[in-house]
Amino acid sequence: MTTAVQNLKVGVVVFPGSNCDRDTLHVASLLPGAQVRSVWHKETSLGDCNLAILPGGFSYGDYLRCGAIARFSPVMKAVADFAQKGGTVIGICNGFQVLTESHLLPGVLLPNESRKFICKNVHLRVERTDIPATRGLNKGDVLKMPIAHGDGNFFADEEAIARLEKNGQVVVRYCDERGNVTAEANPNGARNNIAGICNERGNVFGLMPHPERCSEDILGNTDGFRIFKSLATL
Amino acid sequence: MQKEVTVKTALDHGLNAAEFESIKKHLGRVPNLVELGIFSAMWSEHCSYKSSRVHLRRFPTEGPQVVQGPGENAGVVDIGNGLTAVFKMESHNHPSFIEPVQGAATGVGGILRDVFTMGARPIASFDCLRFGHQDHEKTRFLVGGVVKGISMYGNCIGVPTVGGSTRFHECYNGNILVNVMTVGIARRDALFFGKASGLGNKIIYIGSKTGRDGIHGAVMASDTFGEESESKRPTVQVGDPFTEKLLLEACLEIFRENIVEGIQDMGAAGLTSSSFEMASRGNSGITMHLDKVPMREEGMTPYEIMLSESQERMLLVAKPENEQKILDILRKWDLEAATIGQVEDHGHVKLLFHGELAADMPVDACVDTAPKYERPMQRPAYLEKTAAFDTASVPAPASLNEAFFKLVGSLNLNGKRWITEQYDTMIGLGSVFGPGHDAAVIRVMGTNSALAVSSGCNERYCYLDPYVGGMIALAECARNVACTGAKPLASTDCLNFGSPMNPEIMWQFSQSVDGIAEACRKLDVPVVGGNVSLYNQTGEVAIYPTPMIGVVGLLDDATLAVPSFFQSEGDAVLLLGDTLNEIGGSEYLKTIHGHDAGKPPALDLTKERNLINALMELARKRLVKSAHDCSEGGLAIALAECALDKKVGCEVDIQTALRPDVALFSESQSRAVLSVAPQNLKAALAVIAAHKVPCAEIGKTAKAFAVKVNGKAALTADIADIVKTHGESFEKTLFPQ
Amino acid sequence: MKTQVTVTLKNGILDPQGKAVEHALHSLGFAGVRGVRIGKFIEIEMDAPATEQAKKDAEEMCKKLLANPVMENYRVTVAEQGK
Repeated sequence: MTTAVQNLKVGVVVFPGSNCDRDTLHVASLLPGAQVRSVWHKETSLGDCNLAILPGGFSYGDYLRCGAIARFSPVMKAVADFAQKGGTVIGICNGFQVLTESHLLPGVLLPNESRKFICKNVHLRVERTDIPATRGLNKGDVLKMPIAHGDGNFFADEEAIARLEKNGQVVVRYCDERGNVTAEANPNGARNNIAGICNERGNVFGLMPHPERCSEDILGNTDGFRIFKSLATL
Repeated sequence: MQKEVTVKTALDHGLNAAEFESIKKHLGRVPNLVELGIFSAMWSEHCSYKSSRVHLRRFPTEGPQVVQGPGENAGVVDIGNGLTAVFKMESHNHPSFIEPVQGAATGVGGILRDVFTMGARPIASFDCLRFGHQDHEKTRFLVGGVVKGISMYGNCIGVPTVGGSTRFHECYNGNILVNVMTVGIARRDALFFGKASGLGNKIIYIGSKTGRDGIHGAVMASDTFGEESESKRPTVQVGDPFTEKLLLEACLEIFRENIVEGIQDMGAAGLTSSSFEMASRGNSGITMHLDKVPMREEGMTPYEIMLSESQERMLLVAKPENEQKILDILRKWDLEAATIGQVEDHGHVKLLFHGELAADMPVDACVDTAPKYERPMQRPAYLEKTAAFDTASVPAPASLNEAFFKLVGSLNLNGKRWITEQYDTMIGLGSVFGPGHDAAVIRVMGTNSALAVSSGCNERYCYLDPYVGGMIALAECARNVACTGAKPLASTDCLNFGSPMNPEIMWQFSQSVDGIAEACRKLDVPVVGGNVSLYNQTGEVAIYPTPMIGVVGLLDDATLAVPSFFQSEGDAVLLLGDTLNEIGGSEYLKTIHGHDAGKPPALDLTKERNLINALMELARKRLVKSAHDCSEGGLAIALAECALDKKVGCEVDIQTALRPDVALFSESQSRAVLSVAPQNLKAALAVIAAHKVPCAEIGKTAKAFAVKVNGKAALTADIADIVKTHGESFEKTLFPQ
Repeated sequence: MKTQVTVTLKNGILDPQGKAVEHALHSLGFAGVRGVRIGKFIEIEMDAPATEQAKKDAEEMCKKLLANPVMENYRVTVAEQGK
């Protein structure tokens, strides 16, 4: 049985060039009882937030390397401290890239194998369900979710990948609609079809697909809202 | 130390001798070089519409839904709930041909600024692209570059690109078209205009620094491409979507605080057009200190500062007491800002540079008295030949199936996933229907409503009959919007033509305007803004007339939106409208038989209006499961397209007196293919009959795809094959691995 | 033979990447940074009979593909044999 988080307070970090911040705030605000606010990148504290989300977008235009400049924003020190204390941090798309550049998550997101930006629906197989973002899901569930990125090709050296696999840090993996993890189902060349990973402790989670874009009936798909609902339950 | 200005200087600036005389008369003296540069920009075709203005007047521009018609940065229509839709379409053809990535990118940036300068948050963009023949040496390079530029800019700033149209024809080999339309949402009581008023108010420059980018781009856009344009290329403008994103958020923050009196984008002709147009609309004057303009390069002259087309810049007018608040907001967003002048009542634009007068010109001389030409017109000679073409002379194809698949896989009809997957089509959470549907449907956040938007133009119809082609361009967009169930509200256009100095081109232009205007009137979709792009030709070879149209419609309830695709098996398939012997100008005639000839299909606007009304009522009563416009490629292609999304086909039998190939591929107008659940069939037929729309129940949706004509098998295919050919042929043709 | 090509934006052409990086370096405290321009560095292994031919070929590649002369400059250097 799950119960709602008391006083869920969601902070969505806004870097210059973030562009999914409003979408993420909108969907988070659909959670019953949730309070949501944006956290400007120059802020040095997350205040009383108990969930921090780094949204998608093009922080600083992603002109040097995705997420490379954003990691130096004042707010990132606060995010790191928050994570250190066990706070739940979610990075979506560019947010995931910022988390890897900040070393809050291992690996790096390379340019897609096709060298092109890709926006389309993909399928994800849920590999782990004991972290805040997926505790409302079942292992093996297949979620349909859109991706929209130019640099989503997850890479780490073999040793690091082996460690991720061994520790069960791979949370979601690209698969076909029946849940088979195949090369055809891999949209960007990511190692081991990795779409999202968490840190060893499980409180920091980054993923390339956009759960906020499939969280309402009117958009024809609510699979993403299952992740938001998970975050709002204990 | 200024060079003396002579008639030769004027000619070098693209002005003619008579215009130079007129400038001297208005000024009462010979202009200096800065002033001449300003006149040449303001009087260029691009800024002054000097060849087109006398024709554009014939567009209907009013209606109860219209909040702001043409003449502002963008058009505005009321969409209920205290909100408005702000939209416009613009071209960036020439720059995209020279440098496709940056040309297309800055095109997107420019139209976005036109929309958010009105106080609107952009919610969707649409790109209408025309490229040359698939085998032309530059086509692949241009397609790749333009798509990359649009994708780079739109994705980064975070405005979804959810629709548009991409077509190919050899007439664009030397002159591609890149037209972009953006739609935004603003509160009706919080719209902002490009007006400089209020004596003593501050003129504030915001955005990127000024460099020597695209100096005289507006003049270039008004010049035919020649051999030497390679060498006289001006510096290319580079798009910076990150800065534009900051500018967008900063402007919206300034608007929320309501601390600005007027604002305008610095687009073509940069600081020149923004300052003169704002002073003209405000019936005021402006004094500016050009040395205060933030500059990227050293040693820039007043001439360069006034004519630079550096991107991502805006000009603001604010009360003195709000100046600091504005500068603070810009600092928060790490943007350049400087107060560079003030509003005056002297009716002049006075430019100072380090205290010295660099230019002093009456505003009305530059704006209101800009030349207007009634260029000579003549019906083109080629029309005799094309109209005389006997479409009955083409042989029926040996295999209808083969012709069908050839059409499904042809560049003008196949799927454009290779393009649309490079665009972020979903950001903003509005995309109820994205690319592939008849019209994009974008919900209006915070309300139950949605906008439906369609854009495009069939240039072949316009070539064969610019009047009918113009009418159809407008009508088809309106029909697409109505297929989703939305009510068409208003339109924007981007009129792409060859040189106005050619009487045959001016005739095409005038006829197209008349055709569009007539359709706007009969379908009640006034034109609220747009753009004219002339001189689209290389040497003597002009593009086909391409009046690109965008229509915006409103659905009060987004959940009513009707998809374009069959949803499930066993539904009744209806064909609305009459199919006539009309393969003139069709994709079939071109792709299968190799002719750009005949007369385009006829359009009866009363029938069109009836169809649109029927489609809206069917949606409102939730009586249809899908509705799809039947147009390019005819009924056969329309049925194939209906099968794409859910992979649901149909078994139909068409009763006709026409030749089977004509029945399948005729492009008769005012038609649509519907699917209706059996329990709603009676009610749906009653609605259709009440609107006097011809209707044939031609079969049922099914697992397979089987089309009979008069009981005889004509087309049979696996849905999977249709999906594959439609989906993969674009990449296979242009970018084979 | 190894040929190295450096492609840079022409003077006066806006460099959004360089601008963003310059800004970031300033906020990291590198106050002395006066300007940042970002270009491309390309290494080409090629079979060419002579240094001169390699250089000529590489320049042709720049004109045709590696650089857009409308907005970019290029510089070609050929590593001497055996180095």
